[in-house]
Amino acid sequence: MSNTPRTPGVVPGRLDRDALSLNFGDLHPPLDDHEAMVAADRCYFCFDAPCVTACPTSIDIPLFIRQIQADNPGGAAKTIFEANILGGMCARVCPTEQLCEEACVREAAEGRPVQIGRLQRYATDTLMAAGVHPFTRAAPTGKRIAVVGAGPAGLACAHRLALHGHDVVMFDAKEKPGGLNEYGIASYKTVEGFAQAEVEWLMQIGGIELRTGQRLGHELTLDDLRGEYDAVFLGVGLAGVNALRTEGEEHAHVRDAVDFIGELRQSPDLTRMAVGRDVVVIGGGMTAVDAAVQSKLLGAESVTLVYRRGREAMSASSFEQDLAASKGVRIISGAAPVRLIGDAHVAGVEFAYTQDGPDGLRLSDETFTLKADQVLKAIGQHLDGVPGGLDLEGLKIAVQGPGRTSVPGVWAGGDCARGGDDLTVTAVKEGRDAAEDIHALLSRAGR
Amino acid sequence: MADLSTNFVGIKSPNPFWLASAPPTDKEYNVRRAFEAGWGGVVWKTLGEEGPPIVNVNGPRYGVIHGADRRVLGINNIELITDRPLQTNLDEMARVKRDFPDRALIASIMVPCEEHAWKAILPRVEDTGCDGIELNFGCPHGMSERGMGSAVGQVPEYIQMVAEWCKAYTYLPVIVKLTPNITDIRYPARAAKRGGADAVSLINTISSITSVNLDTMSPEPSIDGKGSHGGYCGPAVKPIALNMVAEIARDDETRGLPISGIGGVTTWRDAAEFLSLGAGSVQVCTAAMVYGFGIIKEMTAGLSDWMDEKGYTSVSKVTGRAVPNVTDWQYLNLNFVTKARIDQDLCIKCGRCYAACEDTSHQAIAINPGRVFEVKDDECVACNLCIDVCPVEDCITMERLAPGTVDPRTGRRVEANYANWTTHPNNPMSKAAE
Repeated sequence: MSNTPRTPGVVPGRLDRDALSLNFGDLHPPLDDHEAMVAADRCYFCFDAPCVTACPTSIDIPLFIRQIQADNPGGAAKTIFEANILGGMCARVCPTEQLCEEACVREAAEGRPVQIGRLQRYATDTLMAAGVHPFTRAAPTGKRIAVVGAGPAGLACAHRLALHGHDVVMFDAKEKPGGLNEYGIASYKTVEGFAQAEVEWLMQIGGIELRTGQRLGHELTLDDLRGEYDAVFLGVGLAGVNALRTEGEEHAHVRDAVDFIGELRQSPDLTRMAVGRDVVVIGGGMTAVDAAVQSKLLGAESVTLVYRRGREAMSASSFEQDLAASKGVRIISGAAPVRLIGDAHVAGVEFAYTQDGPDGLRLSDETFTLKADQVLKAIGQHLDGVPGGLDLEGLKIAVQGPGRTSVPGVWAGGDCARGGDDLTVTAVKEGRDAAEDIHALLSRAGR
Repeated sequence: MADLSTNFVGIKSPNPFWLASAPPTDKEYNVRRAFEAGWGGVVWKTLGEEGPPIVNVNGPRYGVIHGADRRVLGINNIELITDRPLQTNLDEMARVKRDFPDRALIASIMVPCEEHAWKAILPRVEDTGCDGIELNFGCPHGMSERGMGSAVGQVPEYIQMVAEWCKAYTYLPVIVKLTPNITDIRYPARAAKRGGADAVSLINTISSITSVNLDTMSPEPSIDGKGSHGGYCGPAVKPIALNMVAEIARDDETRGLPISGIGGVTTWRDAAEFLSLGAGSVQVCTAAMVYGFGIIKEMTAGLSDWMDEKGYTSVSKVTGRAVPNVTDWQYLNLNFVTKARIDQDLCIKCGRCYAACEDTSHQAIAINPGRVFEVKDDECVACNLCIDVCPVEDCITMERLAPGTVDPRTGRRVEANYANWTTHPNNPMSKAAE
């Protein structure tokens, strides 16, 4: 293993094992007991607290922080999980600086919010480490519900349905459950196999059967599911990846950032994970940043993230942008690819600066070329095939209220459904609320 | 530079900060360190009578109340008086006084309530060259079970009696240290004065249980699964101490009796408050136990800077300054009408004022759209709770309604003149007096 950051091409082992393990360690190490007490003490227990309003799942944040203050982290965790069963993952991946912590009155007062995310992790870790599942399933109802997709929306939906005593069969196309939690999030945000541990912990509620390798439109059809189950919830995510539609896209070492991230997450040994010397990432969202930062952490010599609009339009939060910059990722905004250069392998990308005009974004005549032996595309994802009969809105499944689709007995939530940001926490809320709606409906029908 | 030197009933010290009789003053080594750090005086850890020394517990002696970030708010203590031989203490006192002649050295004494016991110890104490004695009638734990400490301090007749003995058998100034574990501090203070004491010092510690271990069901500090009440001290007890000092300072019988103020003095500001309520010196223990002797530098510098700023040239000019403003409730001006005012620019919209007022007070704060909190003048009784709970300093203030304006709550015109309960029409006593 003699590769270095300067080795040309897409190669593994640019950094040694120790450096990689340091680079891919926990982004925010957990608070210890004393740190948590001090952090919790800063909460003002606001009336009708703005942080709760800002949380898509409406976790009673002042209450759980007060429970931490009162030396009851397990109780705090229960408060969190009652609203958000994936509170552990959300504590790690939520863009808190755009949600609860942005709304925190101490952010307004002094630019230093209460560390809600880290406190949430402290509480949830404490309970999960104790192996405690704090909920007990209601008596079986005899109702069976199919949940398609074991990502955040599906998991939240399945747990809530199981809690109410329904029997759930949860399908997922992939080998492992977790969806983007398992395949789509930067490693340093969810270390030590947390995504799988969380699913196993969640399943302790009982009444949830997991069937993997089951893809809607292939092994499963919506019609069959509707026939076999009392209700169907679709949380299938956005499995399709948008293409650049740019000349040269077919060159080798041009790949989708989601695949790159997924491969990295599943890689048992990061010294075997190949990465280019000069990596160019195209896109401006969380996926782009996760791909860029991890390329750098794997040892790429130069990583450039190029986004077609201005920095302020990037959907990656300013925290994420700063994180990328701090890891040595160069961010270029206001430029779009016009041509991928290369032979068999990609060798560079030609970009044109963009101009925002009345008729949208236009390419200017001014161009530049970046050297690239690996190009990662992160310009968005789309619904991969639409189950028959479902109305769409925009490019997503149209829903009304708590996730009701145009087809009776079928609900949808998470990234595949219209409405809300494409965030883990939003998916959890949608899954949870759909479950409550399904439960209400089935309870009425059953009387 | 303000002159911090103090002459308290003839006891001179370069500043009014004394270490109270307590664990920090138990032996020569500690006291030397204190004087080297700059403390003005030391009240030596309480001496007992000749004989086999006192025995302390061999488990934990202290319990604690923590605030945020483990800030110590209060400590309680079950340590008894000195557990070293009397002669050892006396020898050490003599050496320290010889080497620090400009510092105040006061002997705290607790012997049985018998005349011969006091008569026996006083000459030996005098021989150390110390500047005064303090009679420990205060400790609420341990010694009180043997008829000493607060067991004496809770009986004014005993206080008077022992003070008289001491005045008879020593030329040294006599300070009586009072226990707060009584219903009205003025009675023991009056007794001390009647007994001829030169001064009182207060407060000693408050009987307390700091916490209960909910696993073992033992009070803390726990000695083999059992606990005993200890003496509570530190910042938590300061408000109680300030009131007791003021009560003595303004009592007809004890007015002018010199007071050494004790109870949660942690910074110069605490000291200045004790002085303003009538203390001529202050005694410190818990703050030194938590932070070490180095805090004296903050205390002297802070007091000196503040006195310079205010133009007080000596400590005696501060002593008692606030006493005329301590009064009985019945004399408070009922025509002083204020309303809370919220500075919207400073408000961070936490809503604590609203929760406090709406749930526990007078429903005098409205939430307007956009979380804009506004005082309803027609409901506001000016209780101050909103200010107390507001996390932002000066965001909410009390504004006095000008005489002549109408208080929207009562519909009455605000009168310019001072008027109190004694003349209020609702007071049956005021009618009777007519």
